[in-house]
Amino acid sequence: MAKTLLIVDDSASMRQIVSFALKDAGYEVITAINGRDALNKLNGTRIDMVITDLNMPEMDGIEFIKHLRSNSGYKFTPVLMLTTESQESKKQEGKQAGASGWIVKPFTPEQLITTTKKFVR
Amino acid sequence: MDKHREAFKDEAYELLSELETSLLELEDAPEDIEIVGRVFRAMHTIKGSGAMFGFDDIAAFTHEIETVFDLVRNGEISVTKELIDLTLSARDHIRTMLDASDGGEATNEVMAGEIMTSLKKLIPGSEEKKEETEGPAAPADLIDEDDSSPTGLPSPDTQGGNITYRIRFRPSRDIFKKGTNPVLLLDELRRTGKCKVVAQTDAIPLLKDFDPEACYTYWDVILTTRQGINAIKDIFIFVEDDSELSINIIDDGGRLDNAAGYKRLGEILIERGDLIHEDLQKVLGSQKPIGEMLVDAGVIDTGKVQSALIEQEHVSDVRESRRKAESLSSIRVSSGKLDSLVDLVGELVTVQSRLSRTAAYQNDPELLSIAEVVERLTCELRDNTMSIRMLPIGTTFSKFRRLVRTLSNELGKEVVMTTEGAETELDKTVIERLNDPLVHLIRNSIDHGIELPGVREASGKPGHGTVHLSAVHSGANVLIRIEDDGSGLDAKAIKAMALERGLVSHDLEMTEKEVFALIFVPGFSTVKNVTGVSGRGVGMDVVKRGIEALRGSIDINSKKGAGTTITLKLPLTLAIIDGLLVKVAEEFFVLPLSIVEGCVELSREDVARAHGRHVANVRGEPVPYICLKEHFMINSGTPGIEQIVITEVDGSRVGFVVDDVIGEHQTVIKSLGSFYKDVEGVSGATIMGDGRVALILDAPKLLQAVEQEEAGIYSKNAKLNP
Repeated sequence: MAKTLLIVDDSASMRQIVSFALKDAGYEVITAINGRDALNKLNGTRIDMVITDLNMPEMDGIEFIKHLRSNSGYKFTPVLMLTTESQESKKQEGKQAGASGWIVKPFTPEQLITTTKKFVR
Repeated sequence: MDKHREAFKDEAYELLSELETSLLELEDAPEDIEIVGRVFRAMHTIKGSGAMFGFDDIAAFTHEIETVFDLVRNGEISVTKELIDLTLSARDHIRTMLDASDGGEATNEVMAGEIMTSLKKLIPGSEEKKEETEGPAAPADLIDEDDSSPTGLPSPDTQGGNITYRIRFRPSRDIFKKGTNPVLLLDELRRTGKCKVVAQTDAIPLLKDFDPEACYTYWDVILTTRQGINAIKDIFIFVEDDSELSINIIDDGGRLDNAAGYKRLGEILIERGDLIHEDLQKVLGSQKPIGEMLVDAGVIDTGKVQSALIEQEHVSDVRESRRKAESLSSIRVSSGKLDSLVDLVGELVTVQSRLSRTAAYQNDPELLSIAEVVERLTCELRDNTMSIRMLPIGTTFSKFRRLVRTLSNELGKEVVMTTEGAETELDKTVIERLNDPLVHLIRNSIDHGIELPGVREASGKPGHGTVHLSAVHSGANVLIRIEDDGSGLDAKAIKAMALERGLVSHDLEMTEKEVFALIFVPGFSTVKNVTGVSGRGVGMDVVKRGIEALRGSIDINSKKGAGTTITLKLPLTLAIIDGLLVKVAEEFFVLPLSIVEGCVELSREDVARAHGRHVANVRGEPVPYICLKEHFMINSGTPGIEQIVITEVDGSRVGFVVDDVIGEHQTVIKSLGSFYKDVEGVSGATIMGDGRVALILDAPKLLQAVEQEEAGIYSKNAKLNP
């Protein structure tokens, strides 16, 4: 069965290119425009991995990861942060919140898939 | 990608107009951190996505503004009118850059530089940092700043040779809670090379203390790979901060080799820090295997010992295969030895089929299973032996270049030779014996085929002619083609010549192919003046005999004025063939399986319907057949239903009528000896499993013999009734 991935990003073009790459690699994709939207869309649905941006209105990535981890259903779900932040601090903050890994923009679809495969088969 | 670029641009325009609104709002309420956040996010998205979609200039430019607004967000810079003005003009500049990517008016670099400089002035302490932020930072720099980025391509430190690493990976207890499955990381490691993984379970507590959400296991990995150490570290990039990860090189592809094998078990354990030297000495007194003794003594657990043992085995393997690779390359062996090897394999195949037969007859399960194994091994041995004798035909091809050059000079013609499939492999003997026929054919092409430059140009062809030599595999055969773009064969001239020489009779209807085949008849030559090169009339029939001696066949295609193609079909090997074993009365015969198309039944009624003519109806097509019983004059009764083996001989279908088809037979070809060399229609013999001899039929010769016989009757009749 195809794995389902949730993409959270406020930029439509980012959502588009990320879902395009993932769908191409055979994954099912759900998209959300920010943390709040993502939590609403999840609402208990089974999900195999989350890819989230950090800077978003309403609820940012860090906040979203914290919420996600506090929900027992998503305790072990892999979370990949999309970041342009080259600063260590933001990355550390994300890891503290429970992120599994990160990928730095700009990245190629291949890099995205390689990184995704570290977490889902 | 274009679709994505469009999506990005739409979004960017939208963000820019939002940005404008936000900036104007911010001017009225400079303290509103929410609006600052909005400005920052807009810049952030344009930068991030811009770089993704190839708008590197925009990404670099926006990076600067983003940096400033990050500082504003953190309260390090306050919002001033100057900042708003600058940001607004920066916004306009980004818009121009977006337009420019669509072929709009070019961007004003001077203005961009001014905006940059003024923005940088706003950053406190920017003088010191000048070097870092000077000029538009290329997006590549953005990545490079993050030295632990996992998205970078595999490190360039990959080395030529294989390196063996010892890796111990002890993930943090809460690795699962970070959403990471360590097994996937081990799988990724496994994909990089030859890998052995031992799970260490000694840290798993008793059930009452056990937390099902924690990871207690850790792993020892021995990995042989071409990847450098950084590439391996990259696999663990997301977990290395929280995990214990040690990577050691234990074999670096040869440089560390010492004469005496790999380290001993005790040494490995001490080197890993799993065992101290004193404990080892204490235990070494007794005589059991060291691993067992160590475990018995309780200084170490089984997992550690197993892991060390695996390392020992793995590294020995790696070194062993390296030694093999070093000594491999190639060796020279006299061809006489190879020939005798082939003979022996031939004998073995014979004995093996006898064994299989006996086993099947006795129906003893044990013997049957042995026979099966012997059959499999013999088959492999045969294929291996045959492949040793295979040589690429390329060397022969290159010899002909010289021939072509000399000939064309001598004859005043311009000829270019091209080759194809020089790497095609053929049995050594076949290649050697192919040389003379090929020389004849190429001579013919240049002498009779290719015209003089003047003639060629007059008929609209390029002045220089081409001879194309190609070799290609086709099933158990190799097809060798000699193509020229010369004048082609003249069917009328050939027929006229044949009549003149009395080779054919006047009223004989012949297809073009049959006419072309006449050039292979002994004593035939169409060119009047005999040159020193060819045309003595001994050429083509010698060629044909040479090819047939190799159990091959020859085929001509030609178009007058356009050129001639001669195709030689040769078997891959001479010593052993796949044959079809058939039975006529008590005699066995073998037909080469390569020419067999299928088998059909021939009933008495069919024979009766054909009114004595030897023609059978095969899937709606009339196929002439030769009755082996009649041809070899074997006297015996005829079974109610006979079998016809349909074969393809010289491009047409011919059937051979036999009593029974036994099945496929691995045929080791034995020559019949000089005493029988004149026997027509038999190319050799083979010894069967039960020791009896089966003759190998030469289908083309058989067909010729029968045709000549019939022609004899025909011409006799013709003389009787003129």
